[in-house]
Amino acid sequence: MNDPHIAKAFDRDLEAIQALVMKMGGLVEEAIREAAKSLKTRDTERAEKVRQGDRKIDELEDLINTQCAQLLAIRQPAATDLRTVLTVMKIAGNLERIGDYAKNIAKRTEVLSHMQPIEGASSAIRRMSKEVEAMLSDALDSYIRRDATVGEDVRHRDLEVDQMYNALFREFLTFMMEDPRNITACMHLHFIAKNIERMGDHVTSIADQVIYLSTGQFPDDQRPKDNQSIYKVEGFEEADE
Amino acid sequence: MMKDNVENKVGVDAMNVKFSARDVQVYYGDNHAIKDVNVDILDKTVTAFIGPSGCGKSTFLRSLNRMNDTIPICRVEGDILLDGEDINAPQVDPVQLRAKVGMVFQKPNPFPKSIYDNIAYGPRIHGLARNKAELDEIVEKSLRRGAIWDEVKDRLDAPGTGLSGGQQQRLCIARAVATEPEVLLMDEPCSALDPIATAQVEELIDELKASYSVVIVTHSMQQAARVSQKTAFFHLGNLVEYDDTTTIFTNPRDTRTESYITGRIG
Repeated sequence: MNDPHIAKAFDRDLEAIQALVMKMGGLVEEAIREAAKSLKTRDTERAEKVRQGDRKIDELEDLINTQCAQLLAIRQPAATDLRTVLTVMKIAGNLERIGDYAKNIAKRTEVLSHMQPIEGASSAIRRMSKEVEAMLSDALDSYIRRDATVGEDVRHRDLEVDQMYNALFREFLTFMMEDPRNITACMHLHFIAKNIERMGDHVTSIADQVIYLSTGQFPDDQRPKDNQSIYKVEGFEEADE
Repeated sequence: MMKDNVENKVGVDAMNVKFSARDVQVYYGDNHAIKDVNVDILDKTVTAFIGPSGCGKSTFLRSLNRMNDTIPICRVEGDILLDGEDINAPQVDPVQLRAKVGMVFQKPNPFPKSIYDNIAYGPRIHGLARNKAELDEIVEKSLRRGAIWDEVKDRLDAPGTGLSGGQQQRLCIARAVATEPEVLLMDEPCSALDPIATAQVEELIDELKASYSVVIVTHSMQQAARVSQKTAFFHLGNLVEYDDTTTIFTNPRDTRTESYITGRIG
């Protein structure tokens, strides 16, 4: 559906909101990358920049919501156009949440920089964040190309992120059992890993939107999940999410 | 109970079908205006016909109560069944058919008579009332159905043409329901009305669907989306797509439908 609208301004409005969400996506990708890098290099200045940068992401979300509301009121979009507006709004919401998680990682980085490093942890977290960042990049790319196949692929890759999280969870638990002095750092690192795992869920939700936009249907099959194995760890009681 | 007719591209409940069109062709002289239309129109449902000007939606609507008979060069082929009976069969009286299948036009066209007589005309010629009291009752009931009773009850002797445009159109709808039709055909009933009058007529259409099968031709896609449960998209004489209105407006199957409803050059 690449034919132009009879009303050219309608095309411009639709392009504008998509350009904004892509811009937001670019900032969020950068925030993930920079947050993980600041953790690895114990660079508090870099972490502070990530925290400051989140404001820009939030502002973009507000702008997108405002422009979408105006477009809905003025153009009454239907079919693909309607799905474009709906998915832009939803994706902006997902990106905003991912931005918040990146900001939270940066905050914890500043705390962690004053503590004894946990061996191997920041590298593992960086690997995990790289995977999420790549998934986000592919999800946004598939959005612009209206490519449900790539969207489906991204959904399935979230399993790897879940598995990485579960592995880290066990590792941190081991560190904490070995030496209680590790507990504070490991708790922070665990929250960071959990944040990245949640980022993956938001990227999956973006991929769902890509599929809805391209096909008009939400994916209904259950994607593979690995959220059971951590509950099997000894001494861990199942808690309500 | 649900049967999926691939030819119609739609699955409908066969028990609920009011009009059934099979391979309908309409010609104006050499011009093939309606091509192979197959559609089942449901009872107690609002069906919207949409499509660009000249796509055949009004032509097809007019073939449902044989209004095309009045055009000498017009020829209709194929079967149009109302409750399973062929409406073009020789024994069918078009006047009786039109009492059963009422019509409301684009421009309000009240008779140059009193409000009362506008409504009473149809029931009189079809002998639906035995005396004045029964006729009064039909007039009141029809005007109430047309959602205009409260506005005109004190001036039933005033000329119908003296009402505002929106009132005239509701008077025409009241006139159409006075003969106890089973189907109401509406050919752009709101295009000459302001937004308030349009909203009143749309509200009325929503109430009417409890009793009738309503078919509405409209150029306003928003109106089709608001009032109908089923939508048929016509293009160049073809019925391109017929489906639930929500499907047509969120996820149409045919690219021509999508181009039209999203305002693209298709």
